[in-house]
Amino acid sequence: MTDGEPKIVAFCCHYCAFAAADLAGVLRLKYPPNVYIIRLPCTGKLDALYLLKAFEAGADGVMVAGCLEGSCHFISGNLRAKKRVAAVKDLLAKLGIEPERLEFFHLSSAQGDRFAQIAREMTERIRNLSPSPSPQEGEAGVRSVEKEQL
Amino acid sequence: MIVADQKPIEEILQMLEPYRRVLFLGCQSCVAVCMAGGEKEVGLLAAAVRLARKQQGRPIEITEGAVKRQCDDEFNEPWREIIEQQEAVLSLACGVGVNKLSERFDLPILPALNTKFFGEVERQGVWVEVCAGCGNCILHLTGGICPIARCAKNLLNGPCGGVRADGTCEVSPPRPCAWVMIYERLGRLNQRKSLENIFAAKDWSSDRHGGPRRRIREDMVLET
Repeated sequence: MTDGEPKIVAFCCHYCAFAAADLAGVLRLKYPPNVYIIRLPCTGKLDALYLLKAFEAGADGVMVAGCLEGSCHFISGNLRAKKRVAAVKDLLAKLGIEPERLEFFHLSSAQGDRFAQIAREMTERIRNLSPSPSPQEGEAGVRSVEKEQL
Repeated sequence: MIVADQKPIEEILQMLEPYRRVLFLGCQSCVAVCMAGGEKEVGLLAAAVRLARKQQGRPIEITEGAVKRQCDDEFNEPWREIIEQQEAVLSLACGVGVNKLSERFDLPILPALNTKFFGEVERQGVWVEVCAGCGNCILHLTGGICPIARCAKNLLNGPCGGVRADGTCEVSPPRPCAWVMIYERLGRLNQRKSLENIFAAKDWSSDRHGGPRRRIREDMVLET
């Protein structure tokens, strides 16, 4: 957490959440600048390891945003990702880390306002928790994960 | 393949409690296929343990790796130097790998998995036991379906009275009765007549009941 602002890593599906984030920008909607977006071809690409690595690299919170149920470009990638996120939330609790730091959201590419709202909600939620479970010096940690994914 | 399951994370953390420098060594054979102890699982478990230990204020230095087959010295040998620098090794292989490393190296080798059974993949994420390794195969007489492994009571001469009307087993209801499967399979093979043979009581000495087993193929043993 730098200057009290939590770092949030957002794994976003190319077809919905990433486009929604873009739309939020086009609409000039305000949302916290501390949300680091990592684009996935589909949230079905999400691996539990990405989530743990994000926390290890110093993220205070991680959100995964995939398509609305029934709207996945690859039929069921979003539902698979949702199951993986649920499994990692269970694991986090066993590791002594608040599972609320991780959340899955559904949204469509037309929901720029919803993306901004989720980013604000997530930031607010994490702000009420203690700092990062794995603090890193500066921002290098989160940046390196971002680079690895791209 | 040998099917294993990862131990609960709490148990793994407890095992690792006294150590600060540990090698997490996976195996790229059976346990990688059953998604319990391959390279990927090593990465996941290492990340989880690092996070938990950081939370406790007792960081741990983890080296990650995976060998082709942990049950063979030849594949473990290239890791010798790294292993000898550790306080302990957490093995993500089946019990055979843990035993093998323990015979070779004088440091604690900790098991990260519970080794379960010889099984097949039913579908992704689901494995079932189909061979009990009893040491005396009768699959040619039972249509290739093993009543020792797949019947909860190891029955050799037909089903018990507990088989349900839908052909499932009374002990593990979602699983089909092995003898119903055998009956249907032999019908498809036109071999139902073989059911008239009565199996004598099984000699279990070739199973675990005869003590730890050993196989020696004299023509392959090299002179020392």
